[in-house]
Amino acid sequence: MAASFRRGRKGDLTVTFGIDEHRVLQMMLGDMLKLLQADDGVEEDPLAQALGIGTATETPADPALARLFPDGYVDDAEASADFRRYTEPGLRSAKRDALETALATLGDEPHKIVLSPQEAQAWLGALNDTRLVLGERLGVVEDFEDLLASLEEDDPRLPLLWVYDRLTFLQESLVQALWEGP
Amino acid sequence: MPDKPWVTIVWNDPVNLMSYVAYVFQKHFGYTKEKSAKLMLDVHEKGRAVVSNGTREEMERDVEAMHGYGLWATLQHDE
Repeated sequence: MAASFRRGRKGDLTVTFGIDEHRVLQMMLGDMLKLLQADDGVEEDPLAQALGIGTATETPADPALARLFPDGYVDDAEASADFRRYTEPGLRSAKRDALETALATLGDEPHKIVLSPQEAQAWLGALNDTRLVLGERLGVVEDFEDLLASLEEDDPRLPLLWVYDRLTFLQESLVQALWEGP
Repeated sequence: MPDKPWVTIVWNDPVNLMSYVAYVFQKHFGYTKEKSAKLMLDVHEKGRAVVSNGTREEMERDVEAMHGYGLWATLQHDE
């Protein structure tokens, strides 16, 4: 039970998930979509919405969202606020689109998934964003093995750390398959 | 160097894969594999690296793109 992405003869990317992995991915990607759909900070004003300008100027209070949408400037709150108003709605929408593409190609039942280059990019972003959020929630540090070794057997984080590790393996296989590409 | 007073900085974080970071540099900036790998190692080992320079508007676009990829990036006036 360790599916990985492979490059097919025609240059397409394929992956076949087992039933458990398929369910876990559906759940994780679905949760991510919900996270990005809640409180999206977009102005009610239809014109601002059409222009992709949001009202959110503060760094998100949820550290996981703050990791997905970091400040643009280190020591300039005002410039960061402006940057956020003009970029966060578009970034949110692109990340949601990627998750929706990944979920759509994943489908309801396990099957051999064949991805176009655009769909492969959507998977790459969706997997990375999911790992960023999980990493923030679980307190993942540079040395993942050390973190695992430091936990008690009944640590409630263990199941999700296992999921995180699987997503890491999966994303790594996708990056390698994309590097091999034309 | 011409008048390119702003820089995009990518910061190290514990989640982004080294291979992915290098892939993003190659894909977004069009850098060679070698240059992308060197910048990635700078980020990983030194904690940060300047990955591009240009006008403020150009750097805002680069930082936005890096955030789109999930990399932790900021822009600042070149010191």
